[in-house]
Amino acid sequence: MDPLQRLRDLAVSESGFVFDPYSGQTYSLNPSGQVALEAVRRGEGPEAVAEALRLRFEVDPGQDLARDVAEFLRALREQGWPAPGAEGP
Amino acid sequence: MSTRPLTVAVTGLNATDNPAPGVGVIRSLRDAPGFRGRIVGLAYDALDSGLYARDIGLDAGWLIPYPSQGVEALRERLRFIHAARPIDVLVPTLDSELPGFIELEPELREWGIRMFLPTREQLELRQKSRLADLGARAGLEVPASKALSDVSELYRIQAEIPYPLMVKGVFYGAVLARSPDEAAAAFHATAARWGLPVIAQRWHAGEEYDVVAVGDGRGGMVGAVPMKKLLLSDKGKGWAGVAVRDPNLLEAARRFFAATSWRGPCELEILRTAEGRYLLIEVNPRFPAWSYLAAGAGQNLPWAVVQLALGDSLAPLPDFRAGTLFVRISLDQIATLAELQALTTGGLSRLEEHLP
Repeated sequence: MDPLQRLRDLAVSESGFVFDPYSGQTYSLNPSGQVALEAVRRGEGPEAVAEALRLRFEVDPGQDLARDVAEFLRALREQGWPAPGAEGP
Repeated sequence: MSTRPLTVAVTGLNATDNPAPGVGVIRSLRDAPGFRGRIVGLAYDALDSGLYARDIGLDAGWLIPYPSQGVEALRERLRFIHAARPIDVLVPTLDSELPGFIELEPELREWGIRMFLPTREQLELRQKSRLADLGARAGLEVPASKALSDVSELYRIQAEIPYPLMVKGVFYGAVLARSPDEAAAAFHATAARWGLPVIAQRWHAGEEYDVVAVGDGRGGMVGAVPMKKLLLSDKGKGWAGVAVRDPNLLEAARRFFAATSWRGPCELEILRTAEGRYLLIEVNPRFPAWSYLAAGAGQNLPWAVVQLALGDSLAPLPDFRAGTLFVRISLDQIATLAELQALTTGGLSRLEEHLP
């Protein structure tokens, strides 16, 4: 099965509760995680994921958004999900 | 779809922390919009808790002899029960009773009692000791298994099946053994309870999934609902679970039915390894205890089995809703001495309670 399709088939509630209908696994996402996941589900790369977060939230100028996004994508990959930037930040 | 008033008898009413499937099957039937019949519980002990579950609406309850008492005892008891309360369909739900019911099926059919069961050959094909044959026939990967009749084999088995390994009973039970000594203790406990052979099976790391499914007896699949256990009891039984939609699990069930022409309900236990391989680890030849999840998720498989037993044509079953959960509960039921007395001395009838 197309891994990206499996990612798109995740059931995500407004509160950030995520259900994987293939495995039965459940996850919880905070609001920024939800926005990041939505971008990944659209097939976006790390920069576009960061841009989606920048558009949705106020980002402190001192915050290393690229690093936070890379960490999120790495957490996705560790759970077995396809995520861009497999070579790491 | 049948609209006749029916009497359906269901076995396996022991509903402890290792529950038999009967209560779930009965609750499914009660939920079926097309079912308007009576339900008779067939139990092995007067204290089998399903006999006292008022919410499942048993119209009557009877004790039947344990399988170890032989087919003749079962025939005579069923003759008595059928005379008192004619049965249209009987749904056995326990592995150990299936050989007896399969043997009696032609005779029971003459009496007017229909069942939808696998054949004796199908039953033997899914035995744990023949899992490799089944896997080859169905094109399904299976873990290495060996049937053992002598405990000393566990001290020489490492070359074929490395430790840790699973020690399984011929009917029930599975224990993870990390060493020959642990395996030997499990061998003796298993053999004492379920007899020989005892099965040694290679252990693989991964996630276990279970599929409740019904075969039409002609190689087709009537319906299937896969489930992931979310919570286990201390006996390793699913105490909560969720319906999932992994196409590989449904395909495995389809292959099993195509290869065996399985007739009736079954439960496939499938392991998904960390590398994404799917291993068939066991086939149980009956409904599992969690069958009510299938009905709750939109596929009422027990009702389908009753209709198939009657020879009714069956419309394609609706799709099931992935994400539907079951969460089991343990509760104290209140019963009367009169109920216990009735069950112990003859049979329990609640039909009178339904009269105006």
